[in-house]
Amino acid sequence: MISLNVNQKDYRIDADPNMPLLWVIRDIIGLTGTKYGCGVAQCGACTIHLNGEAVRSCVTKLSRADGQKITTIEGLSNNNDHPAQIAWNQENVPQCGYCHSGQIMSAAVLLRENPDPTDADIDSAMAGNICRCGTYQRIRKAIHTAAALQRKEGASK
Amino acid sequence: MSTNNISRRNFLRATGITGAALCLGFSFSSNGKEPEVIGAAIADGVIELNAWIRIDTDGKVTLVDHRAEMGQGSYQSVPQILAEELEVNLNDVNIVFAPGNKEKYGNQITGGSSTIRGSYKNLLKLGATARNMLITAAAAKWGAPATECYAESGNVIHRPSGKKFHYGELVADASKLEPPKDVTLKQKSEYKLIRKPLHRQDTPLKTNGTAGFGLDKKLPGMMYAAVVRNPRLRGKVKSFDDTAALKVPGVKRVFKVRMGVFKTFREGVAVVADSTWAALQGKKALRVEWDDTGFEHLDSAEIFKRQQEKLHTEDGLILKKVGDPDAILQNAVNKLDVVYQTPYQSHSAMEPVNCVAHYQQDKLEIWGPIQAPEWVQEYISEQLGWPKEKVTVNMTFLGGGFGRKAFMDYPHEAAMISKEIAAPVQVIWTREDDATQGPYRPGITYRCQGVIKDGNISAAKFAMAGQNNDHWRSGKTNQANRSTSEGFLKPYFDTIKNISFAEVQFETPIPTMWWRSVYASTNGFAYESFLDELAHAAGKDPLDLRRQYLNDERCQRLIDKMEEVSGWKSRKKNEGYGCAITECFSSTVGQIVKVSRNTDGKIRIDKVWAVMDCGWYVNPDIIKAQVEGSIVMALGAATIHEITFKDGLVEQRNFYDYKMPRINDIPPTEVYIMENDADAGGVGEPGLPAFAPALTNAIFDLTGKRIRKLPFDIAAV
Repeated sequence: MISLNVNQKDYRIDADPNMPLLWVIRDIIGLTGTKYGCGVAQCGACTIHLNGEAVRSCVTKLSRADGQKITTIEGLSNNNDHPAQIAWNQENVPQCGYCHSGQIMSAAVLLRENPDPTDADIDSAMAGNICRCGTYQRIRKAIHTAAALQRKEGASK
Repeated sequence: MSTNNISRRNFLRATGITGAALCLGFSFSSNGKEPEVIGAAIADGVIELNAWIRIDTDGKVTLVDHRAEMGQGSYQSVPQILAEELEVNLNDVNIVFAPGNKEKYGNQITGGSSTIRGSYKNLLKLGATARNMLITAAAAKWGAPATECYAESGNVIHRPSGKKFHYGELVADASKLEPPKDVTLKQKSEYKLIRKPLHRQDTPLKTNGTAGFGLDKKLPGMMYAAVVRNPRLRGKVKSFDDTAALKVPGVKRVFKVRMGVFKTFREGVAVVADSTWAALQGKKALRVEWDDTGFEHLDSAEIFKRQQEKLHTEDGLILKKVGDPDAILQNAVNKLDVVYQTPYQSHSAMEPVNCVAHYQQDKLEIWGPIQAPEWVQEYISEQLGWPKEKVTVNMTFLGGGFGRKAFMDYPHEAAMISKEIAAPVQVIWTREDDATQGPYRPGITYRCQGVIKDGNISAAKFAMAGQNNDHWRSGKTNQANRSTSEGFLKPYFDTIKNISFAEVQFETPIPTMWWRSVYASTNGFAYESFLDELAHAAGKDPLDLRRQYLNDERCQRLIDKMEEVSGWKSRKKNEGYGCAITECFSSTVGQIVKVSRNTDGKIRIDKVWAVMDCGWYVNPDIIKAQVEGSIVMALGAATIHEITFKDGLVEQRNFYDYKMPRINDIPPTEVYIMENDADAGGVGEPGLPAFAPALTNAIFDLTGKRIRKLPFDIAAV
């Protein structure tokens, strides 16, 4: 039995400890916003936060997360209102949308660590996330927009 | 907003039907005539589901998206058209995907960039018909002439008195009216929604994880399956050893399964388990022996060598011919005679192929990322020997498609597995399955010959040797590929006085299929690069050469725009500029690429300007997004990835060896849309073909080096 805290909710999971978190989250817990893209940490579609850090859930074993805190796209904000989510909507980023849970989860960590990223900062933080529809130009723009939103929020607090 | 597919039960639940509703749809006949608008019958509170527009008594509006949403924007653009003529606010409507049904929704295949161009006139008419009926009903209630009434934001308003009814109050009366045969459509100048860059209705669903893709579909009691399929793409299962697979905890059954691949069948061995992970583990533990006899095990080098040989020894099937290019070529002292080559490619949508099927004794229901629900319905019912009505095919959101998901193999396979286990099942293709199993964009070699006389093109002769997708689909192998000249602009056939296109027949056992922009994606590279070669041979500016030969007004304006936005004429020293113009699916796109060298000497793509002429359009922001994305996809296919074969096996397995463009690889792109009164053209694909030749033409401009083979390593130029 392995304990997980996912999006601030406690779970007791009885499954193969080698099962990647991706399948635990999708098939057992039933949160399908985290996506399968490659299974080998090449595309970033499965990105979640493990104790606040972006990890590829397709290669992170269930056993590694015992007693730890996971955030998925469903838990990133209450009302689709994380600055990255607002910016993604504002800049019309997604096309098919399949990779964007992972894109946003990667961007959220970047925005926390670096409140005013340059294009080069964005490129290096986001290079692990593939978008086959090719929305990269808008992702870059949305991250700048999100950073500005975040600074505005910070200033008004 | 609900994203339910409409099965009858879901539809009732989603719309909370109580009593009357105004429902309008079409009746599509098989004779190709214009469809008739019909009211949908309501009996005992149950509605006949051919409704495309449904308005409930509480005013709730439900609009159907009959096409797949795979990123190209049908979930936004189809309702955006309907809502315009219906006069409702887009934010107030409920959008649902239609199940596959040719009689009710007409053509649903989401390919050939046909979503808008194939339906917009019908959709406008349908929206206007509903509005007209609501106005008629309101006028009758008021005892006023209909001409004194108008519709706005879900209300009918009596202009002189200012009285108003919301649509819900009118549906009981309106639903009793016969739909009028002729309705007046709005003028372009009256549009409130169409031509506006409205935010997509599916974006919020795609930023919080709630959009339901194929792999997100779950059913009670659903099992999970993974399949080992022949890595050589054809052939049969000789034997398999499931001892280790069945020992994996959670694995329930292992058995042989067969799915249709065009006119042939492919065998595999399915591992059924109680979780995705167990199915994947079981698949790894399974040992299968294949019988590959009867199929050649090819290497890529051999494929392209044979194509070259054939191009130099065979004339092929002539597709189009004007004048006598052969005579001019024979007598010419100086001629260009060059070969271009483009690779096999995988679609590699981010959501790998997958499907959920639930087979029951006398019915089958399918859910999945499916580009052609009505084709799947037809094919599988045929395979089962059932009437179509027993097979329901539901589209989920698609995590990309690009042509791969317009194909019936994976739903057929899922249906067969569900039948065998007598339970609902989700079949997942791993990324490796997706990359190694095809079908692929065919690898093609082109021979391009031309003669320049007095600074003009006196002859051009093009021949293509590559697999013919139509042969795979139809089984008819001796017809010229009508796609041989796809991408090449029509005016050239009038202005180049001696020109011909031929297909040199070439086949392999490798299954091939449409890949975004289809043959234009490869033809465009060969033909537009060769025109650049002819321009240089003629001593002409490459854009001026296009201006000379593309003598129709829309093309001239497009070229003016390309020149204006890119600064083509004011280029600086050490800058390379390249242009290309291609046409596909009734839209023309011109691109200018600018390159220069970094301080380390490597080529850098500084900028891409794309000009799209798609005639009548719905949402300019979606068009820009589609062109931006097409350019990234074209960049990958031109400079990063290719599918290769060795001994009949695909050599690439995942994104580590079939690499994708990443955020740090992409050039800044600007997209412009031409304004005119032409009919709608396609949007999802036409932005792709011009990029590769514009890039390599720019590299030639900068370096003098002509690139004739894709993909090429831009860092090594």
